[in-house]
Amino acid sequence: MATATLKKESKEEKSHRWKELGLSNAKVIDLYRQMLLIRRFEERSAQEYGKSKIGGFCHLYIGQEAVGVGAIAALRDDDYIFSAYRDHGHALARGMDPKGIMAELFGKFTGCSKGMGGSMHMFDASRGFMGGYGIVGGHVPLASGTAFGSKYLGKDSVTVCFFGEAAANQGVFHETLNLAALWKLPVVFICENNRFGMGTAVERSTAVWDIYHKASAYDMTRQWIDGMDVLEMYRVVKQAVDRARKSNEPTMLEARTYRFRGHSMSDPIHGHYRTKEEVEEQKRSDPILVFGHELLEAGILAQKTIDEMELEIKRIVAESVEFAERSPEPPADFLYENVYV
Amino acid sequence: MAVVTYIEAITKGLWEEMERDSSVFLLGEDIGEYGGAFKATKGFLNHFGSDRVIDTVLAESAILGAATGAALVGMKPVAEIQFADFVTSGFNQLVNNSATMHYRWNIPVPMVVRLPSGAGIHGGPFHSRNPEAWFFHQPGLKLVAPSTPYDAKGLIKSAIRDPNPVLYFEHKRLYRHIKGEVPEDDYTVEIGKGDIKREGNDISVVTYGATVHQALEAAELLEKEDGVSVEVLDLRSLMPLDKDLILDSVRKTGKLLIAHEDNITGGIGGEVAALVAEFAFENLDAPIKRIGAIDTPTPYSPTLEEFFLPNKNKIVAALRALAAF
Ligand SMILES: Cc1ncc(C[n+]2csc(CCOP(=O)(O)OP(=O)(O)O)c2C)c(N)n1
Repeated sequence: MATATLKKESKEEKSHRWKELGLSNAKVIDLYRQMLLIRRFEERSAQEYGKSKIGGFCHLYIGQEAVGVGAIAALRDDDYIFSAYRDHGHALARGMDPKGIMAELFGKFTGCSKGMGGSMHMFDASRGFMGGYGIVGGHVPLASGTAFGSKYLGKDSVTVCFFGEAAANQGVFHETLNLAALWKLPVVFICENNRFGMGTAVERSTAVWDIYHKASAYDMTRQWIDGMDVLEMYRVVKQAVDRARKSNEPTMLEARTYRFRGHSMSDPIHGHYRTKEEVEEQKRSDPILVFGHELLEAGILAQKTIDEMELEIKRIVAESVEFAERSPEPPADFLYENVYV
Repeated sequence: MAVVTYIEAITKGLWEEMERDSSVFLLGEDIGEYGGAFKATKGFLNHFGSDRVIDTVLAESAILGAATGAALVGMKPVAEIQFADFVTSGFNQLVNNSATMHYRWNIPVPMVVRLPSGAGIHGGPFHSRNPEAWFFHQPGLKLVAPSTPYDAKGLIKSAIRDPNPVLYFEHKRLYRHIKGEVPEDDYTVEIGKGDIKREGNDISVVTYGATVHQALEAAELLEKEDGVSVEVLDLRSLMPLDKDLILDSVRKTGKLLIAHEDNITGGIGGEVAALVAEFAFENLDAPIKRIGAIDTPTPYSPTLEEFFLPNKNKIVAALRALAAF
């Protein structure tokens, strides 16, 4: 399996990478900022989980930020996004309010799902963020439904569906790819291959290690991307989304990435199924560090700006926690409120 | 006798059956190298090897279908569904294939499906289900739901030895919270037999799973504070139901409360109520009462989850209402 390694380009080439993509310096700095916000937000979530302020199950996106941020930056506001259960990062990248996300983690009434769902159930229809889902693979066909709807209604919205590489082993993944290819739907499937489905390495769970090849069974356009590189994510997803928008052609992308934390809060970072050395090695391609370095080198970002950004983000995250703390519990009779329309 | 936790009892039962019968094998997501999401099969891979402790692909329908197929040729698969909720992804295999093989072709399907179920751990809508009623409605499947370590070990052994597909509902909240004495020697708990966990004369509580413990606490309280004698009948086996034990208990007490964690409507309690109404109507001194989770999906908010689930206090209130008749 080809692994995600950063291309060694000359300084000059690098400084032009985003220009060629039509991205302004400000936009590129914003991508960096979004990744940093996700990282700090989740580090704080882990602390709050440790204090039992957050309960149940909590899965962090740390290490994979470039995938969600790069991909979602390539979308329009009227596009749709489906996430799986590792969904905090996608929700933040889509511009959802950190307060509503933290409050959801706290199970409060001000949470984006009113405290009824928790970590795996972030949702904001106003942003086309069609939710996180806790049944692995279960959400994939929904993306074909929204894509069908867009096409049928004559809108040019595109649907993007994120899922892990283990989810691609569910039958429903294959059912959906076939349907999307056959019906020519404006949908982009993005598999985040972080190499592990819980404690099972990708090599032990699928006969085809290059996940994007699975789409060849449906003659679907397919490609793998360095998921540790936010600009590569942006570039390739943008192409796929444009193609979907223009000609209703679905695409299957495999973003090669790595999860720096345990599968969930109860899973140690290394031990059972991967070594400390492996994790440390992977951390050398930390998407935030590497991209930050690139921007510093290119001279469009100064260390001082990064420091200020850190402070601002720290404040935003702290405010989200205060907000969640202060917020009311959902009232008991709310339980019945939304079971039926 | 050793005192072990509920999950240790399951582990011991599995281990002993694996030692006893080489056709028994385990399959499921993360059960080998990882030792299982709840660590029920920790150490099994090293001891029994990867031929018999199989880490599967994340695909419940493949797991359940493959288990059914292996059972057709005389293997005794024990499939772990990581959380009972995920059995939805393999529903067809169980209700159409596993359940009807013997009915259609007289071929036994000696398989077990372990289903970690239940709420109270803030798992939210997709990690808290008690899905037994879905399968209760499907002839051809047996269903068990132990509440104690003794029953947990005895029932996993019976389930593995049974020639039918057996769904084994193990409550996640009991895993490490409930301890009890478990014999070292080989024993089984017969499928289809309930158990009177506490004798009483005034009211019968028919219950199973985690709710048994709440019912026992409530019964204790009623005895002490109200002088009311409550009998607690643990079904243990949901399919087949121990109809005689239920009817005998109600004929003795004349009052029935049914309590389970699954939501009320369409739950197994409805069938128990119908049974008693049909065959012991003349013995009833009060209307049958039911307690279960509220008829909504499981909320994540810990506060709402508490409101949503049955608990000791709700059982006490229902018992007092019955006692007043
Ligand atoms: C249908 C179903 N089966 C099993 C699980 C338990 N489970 C949750 S996440 C996970 C691993 C998923 O891996 P992947 O899809 O690669 O996503 P990642 O964890 O890498 O983000 C498993 C086995 C589940 N939630 N749903």
